[in-house]
This record gives sequence, C-alpha cells and structure tokens, in this order.
Amino acid sequence: MTSAEPLIQTTRAHRVRRTRRSRMRMALKNAPLSAWFGMGVILCYVVIALFAPLIAPYRETQVFSEAFAPWSHEFTFGTDQLGRDMLTRLIYGARNTIGIAFITTTFSFAAGMTLGLLAAMYRGWLDQLLSRAVDVLMSIPSLIFALMLLSIFGSSIPSLILIIALLDSTRVFRLARAVGLNVVVMEYVEVAQLRGEGPVWMLRKEILPNVLPPLIAEFGLRFCFVFLTIAALSFLGVGIQPPSADWGSMVRENATLITYGDVTPLLPAGAIALLTVAVNFVVDWFLHSTSGLRDEK
Amino acid sequence: MKSSNVIARERGTDLLTVRDLHVEGFSDERWHPIVRGVNVSLKRGEVLGLIGESGAGKSTIGLAAMGYAKPGCRITQGSVVFDGADLLSMSEARRRRLRGSRIAYVAQSAAAWFNPAHRLLDQTVETAVAHGIASRGEANRDAVELYKRLQLPEPETIGFRYPHQVSGGQLQRAMTAMAMVCRPDLIVFDEPTTALDVTTQVEVLASIRRIVEDFNTAAIYVTHDLAVVAQMADRIMVLRHGQTVEEAVTRQMLAAPTQEYTRTLWAVRKLVKPEIEARDHLLTIDNVTAAYAGRVKVLVDVSIKVPRGRTVALVGESGSGKSTLARVVTGLLPAISGSISFDGQPLPLSLKQRPKDLLRRIQMIYQSPDSALNPRQTVEDIIARPLEFYLGLKGEQRDRRIGELMHMIEMDESFLDRLPGELSGGQKQRICIARAVAANPDLIICDEVTSALDQIVQEEILKLLMRLQRELGVSYIFITHDISTVRAIADKVVVMHQGKVVEQGSKTEVLTTPHAAYTELLLSSVPEMDPDWLTQLLARRKNRGILDAAG
Repeated sequence: MTSAEPLIQTTRAHRVRRTRRSRMRMALKNAPLSAWFGMGVILCYVVIALFAPLIAPYRETQVFSEAFAPWSHEFTFGTDQLGRDMLTRLIYGARNTIGIAFITTTFSFAAGMTLGLLAAMYRGWLDQLLSRAVDVLMSIPSLIFALMLLSIFGSSIPSLILIIALLDSTRVFRLARAVGLNVVVMEYVEVAQLRGEGPVWMLRKEILPNVLPPLIAEFGLRFCFVFLTIAALSFLGVGIQPPSADWGSMVRENATLITYGDVTPLLPAGAIALLTVAVNFVVDWFLHSTSGLRDEK
Repeated sequence: MKSSNVIARERGTDLLTVRDLHVEGFSDERWHPIVRGVNVSLKRGEVLGLIGESGAGKSTIGLAAMGYAKPGCRITQGSVVFDGADLLSMSEARRRRLRGSRIAYVAQSAAAWFNPAHRLLDQTVETAVAHGIASRGEANRDAVELYKRLQLPEPETIGFRYPHQVSGGQLQRAMTAMAMVCRPDLIVFDEPTTALDVTTQVEVLASIRRIVEDFNTAAIYVTHDLAVVAQMADRIMVLRHGQTVEEAVTRQMLAAPTQEYTRTLWAVRKLVKPEIEARDHLLTIDNVTAAYAGRVKVLVDVSIKVPRGRTVALVGESGSGKSTLARVVTGLLPAISGSISFDGQPLPLSLKQRPKDLLRRIQMIYQSPDSALNPRQTVEDIIARPLEFYLGLKGEQRDRRIGELMHMIEMDESFLDRLPGELSGGQKQRICIARAVAANPDLIICDEVTSALDQIVQEEILKLLMRLQRELGVSYIFITHDISTVRAIADKVVVMHQGKVVEQGSKTEVLTTPHAAYTELLLSSVPEMDPDWLTQLLARRKNRGILDAAG
C-alpha cells in the first residue's frame, strides 16, 4: 500500500478462463430434475418430428379398410374415422404441429422484438404509432380475429403462420418494449450514444443481449400458446387442413370414441399437454437461473 | 454531558453479546466466508461503530446482530445473545417478535425502504401497532413526538405526506423515527447518511445522535466514513476480510491506532495535490442556460473555463445542476442559450451535430460502474470498441493497445474474458477509465466517479486518474460533492448551487477563503476526524443561525 510502484491487479490464479460453453455446461450441471425432464421430453418430440417417416409404421395418409379399429398388434393405437393408423398420425402430427408452431413463434418474435426495441429506443412518434396500432390489434379477441382473417385469406399453411404470427407479435412487442425501456435508460447505452454508435449496434450489442433472458422465457411460453391456438383452430376446422395430420383435428375427428369408453382421442390431447408442461419446466428453470433470484432457506 | 453518559454505560450489563460469529455467502458456485470469528459486546446505551472497506463484512455483522442473514448467506457458527436469549437458536416467530419491537434497523437508502403507496405516519407506527405495543392513537401521538425530537419540519403534519413528498434527509429521519417508535433497546444503523449530501448529513447525524442519547438506546453504527463514525460512536471496531483488526474507545482509536491497516485507513483522507497554474484553456462555457423539457431551468447563465491538462472540480449538493452541466457539455442536453468552445473552435450544442472525431475528444466516466458497463460484454469487448470505432485498430495493433491500456489501469490481461459482474467495484471503475482513455480524449468528464467506492479504493482511483493526467495531459471536469476529493485532485474549484455558479477560482482561494455564504456552509459541513467536531459545529451554527438559512 505504501510502496510507490503501483500494484498490478490480477485474477485469482486457480480460475480457468471461462468461455460461453463452460458457463453453459455449469448451468446445465445445476439444472433441477424438472428441467431435465422437460429437456428430455422436448428432445424426444424433436427427434420424432425430424425422423417421422423412419419411425412411423405406415405412411401419413395410408387408409386401411377398418375405421375406428381397436388397439392391436397391427394398429398399436387403432385407426381413426377413415381407417388411418393412429400412431402414424400422431407421429406425423408432431412434425406438422410443432414445426408450424415453431416457425410461427419465430416470426412473431422477429417482428415483435425488433419493433418493440425500436419503440423503446426512439420513443416519440414512432413509439406512439406502433403502440397504438398494437393496442388496436389487441383489443379484438385474438381467436375470433384469427378466424375472421383465415376465412378472408383461406386457411392455407402460409396464411395460418402469418396470421397467428401477426396476432402474437403484439404481445411480444409489449414485452420487448417494456424490458427495453428499462435498458435504454442505463448509462452504458448513453455511453454508446455518446460514442456516436448507429442504431444497429445499439440494438444488437447494447440492448438486445440485456433483454434476451425474459424474451427467451417468453418464447417458450408463446410457443405453447401458438401451439394451442393452432390446435384450437384445427379443432374448429380452419387450422391445418386434412389430410395433413395434426393433433388438434385428431381430437375433434375422433371425439365420438370417448362416449364408447375409448381413450384414443385423449392421446393427441395428451401429447399437446405433455409438450406444454415440458416447455414450461424448461422456461421456469431458465427464468429462475437468469433472474438472479436466490432461494431462501 | 457525553462523558457522564460514557461512565453510566460502562457500569451497565451487556445487552448484546456476539461470540465467534461465522457467516458464509454463496457466490461463484461456492460458499465463501464473509465473517470469520468476530466477537462483539455491547452495553445498554452504548454506540459501537463498525468500519472497514466494502466486503469487510460490516453490514453482515449488523444484520447478524438481529439474528438475520440475507438470502444467499448463512450463519454457520457462533452465538448472538440478546438480553440473555440466543437469537440463533430461538424460533423464527420469537425472533420476529423481537425484531421491530426491541431490535430495530435503519437502512442506507430510506427511499427504497419506504412503501411509496402509504403515508409516512402509517409506516412509522406500523410495527408498534402490529406488535400490540401501543394503540394506533397512542402510537400516532408518539410518532409526532419523535418527529419533533428528530427536528423534522412541521412535525404535526409531515406524517400525512407520502415518501416522495419529503427530501432524502427527512426520509432518513422518518426512518429513524420508525425504528424508535417501539423504543427498542438496540438499533442497527447501516450507513444511514451515505446517500445524503454533506449539508443534509450534518442535520441527520445530529438528530440521530440526540435521540439515541435521549432514550439511552444501544446502537451499532455501520459506515465506511471514519469522520462520521468519530462523531457517533463510543467505541470503534475496524474490520477487514470478516475479521476484527482492532477495537478501542473512539478517542483512543483516532489518536493512536495500533494496527498498520487502521493507519492506512486514517491516511486516505490526507491525499493532497499541489495546484498548478494553467497556460491556456481547453473548454470555455459562456453564459449557458439549459432546461429539461423546455420548462424548468436547471442551469442559469453558467460560465466556466476549463484549463488544458488540469482538473476543474464542480462542487455542490444534489440538484445543484452539476450533472446537468456534464450533459450540456457532452451534447446530450443541448443548451437553450449560450455557447461552448472547445480547443478554440465553437462546439456544436447538440450531440447529433458533432463529428465522430469531436465525440472522441470528449469522454465521460460515470458514478456507478455497474450501470455504465454493459453486463453482457466482456472486459475485452468494452475496451476494444473505442479502439475499433474511433481509431480503426485491428488484429495485432488492437490487441497490443488493449494490453497497454490494461497496464495503464494497473490490471493484467487475465481480466479480459471476464464479465463486469465478476469484478470488484474498483476494478469496474478502472475498466470505465480504460474505455475513456482508449479514445485518446482531450477532456474527460468524471461524474462522481469515486463516491460509490470505499475510501481505500477511492484513493487508488484518484491516484490513477492523477497519474494518467500527468502522462497523457488530459483535462478533467470532476463532479463531486466530497471536499476531501477536491483537495486530492483539483486545480480549480467551481461551486454550484441551484443551477448557478456561486463561486469559482483556484483551489486554495476557494477552500481557504470562501466568499459566498453557501461555500462556507458546504465547507463547514464536511465531517472531520475530531470526535468533538459535530458538537462544536452545532454550537457554532446555533450561535449564528446558519442552520435555518440552509433550510
């Protein structure tokens, strides 16, 4: 302390250099059981969706003679109202439903996040314009609005994706704008502004990394909602159109079996429920570990 | 009066006995010791000062004296005996009954501890009513009495205001009233005046000291400010790395510290820089007036000259317009009238009109390195950006320059892959300095850069800034409210009050023969190490009635 030569500060020697990968590995190591369960289930779903043609015993639209066949060796979960194998339809349903839900959520986040963060950064008229437009969209019940738009544009898969993405992006916009507002007032953003940085750098390097944790968590939740919306729309008959397999319409088409004490229509419903629960487990863990909350004993 | 109290206290029995206290905290995926075997004993009516740098465990000990450990901390060993009962082994329900009624806590930032949605009075009496100690009517009358004793203005009606309607100093006193309402035997004060201006601090210190003496309350006073603890405590305990370095009666501790570490703590406040006359001026601010949202004028007709290669200290309490002036100079808040010239050229008032090279030449360092560093960027990213952005350095050149800068701020390259969250407060501030210096600026505006740091770290940072000035010839505008910092670094002093320049001149001129009444008030409010300082100051002010003038 008294010596004239300044002391060079150094890190504690035993610490190794930390990379992003090692941080991630550490986080995974401490993940709770529920998160592991969630990740396991999601992984299974992804594998099934990707390799559906290899796993499924029959082709997606292959029709057999017997409709509503009982569970047997030939048809593990029986057949549906047209005589298509239930297990095959379930496997292909994963592909269609999850794939469309994922693309839709990605679209809605790309749009909602960009606009939300721009609104937070520039405030003023841009913020007013976007926020009020979003208010208008949100004031209409989204399922009814989606039904209306689908009946106007026809229920093809691209229009289904775009319409749900648009309606869902309003919620993402609100969240992104709210968390963005907390970040743009930070001094490091001011530092970047004083340095003369352009909007792209500000958005990508200064703001985005700091709003990402809540948004990723929201991604998981919105993915579930989109998923449920598609299932609901399919159940109403305007979602994914036959003969493509999807879980929502499978529930509807085989609903009558329930009255005969057959649980087959619950299988696609169960598949939806399980995925929703699994995604939420992972999201919960992620939120908890990034929020910096500590467990009180 | 004080000496007779001390005698009375020495006769009393121990109210609080902490034996061999160990506390651990969880960070970096491991449990680290925070407090390692500290013993504390406190008699009725006695005030114990805990001092040390941050991380010394002083706040943790303060909380442990209430049988409490923050989330992420755990008490692993030792006993805390309060009035014959062990706080650590009793049930949580019993502890809760004691807390608030017999043991109370006053935190650093009253603004964060008050619920903004309730009136002061309701919050003041809440514990007394909840513990069934007094009826609401009695408690309300008592609270008004306490407000009077704490010298709050309009004690009859101030309780009906909401937290945002009173000043920081008043809120801190209201929080003291909240702690006193049950007439506790022990109060833990955790840096109650650290967030306040010096002029306000004096009043709060005087109020706290009076009320603690009046009710013969024992207190643990946690602070890192030696001069403050000298006024408040009967005994001082110096802590470092969770262990007791030294403990003694205040006067003895101040006069003859036995440990080397204590002496270095004492020495920090004596850093003085000789003042050097300037040759020419780098920045000239002429009759600048600025306002937020076009309404309230925050700066009125301010004219300041900044000499090249020297340091101008901007002094004043919060709300005096110091930071606003920084925003005007950087162009974040364009002035509505007046002009600024930089290195002989007129400086465009708005940030957007300034070319990149002009932006490079004026850099800024902030008070809180926590919010000034992007938590998702590594040290390397942070320092490299100005190099790439302004100077276009790449590859090996860039890496070499980063190495030089790290050496300049006295840190080695093992820090480059760290995130700001993994650094200490002083290290973070060094990174901020490196980022500013990386742009090769002519002027650096330092906005309270040391006020969030401990005294020892403060001294290191100030020395570093002075060394950089000698080596690089950079000019500083140094915004501060701390007079000892001014002594340490300034060549020229500008005193601001309510958006106007009250006085400016060379350091010796302003500090030794202040002309303006406000400068005098400010200077006399700076606590000194003499334990009689506060008593004498209050006596002097009473005679001259300055206190009233200060509002």
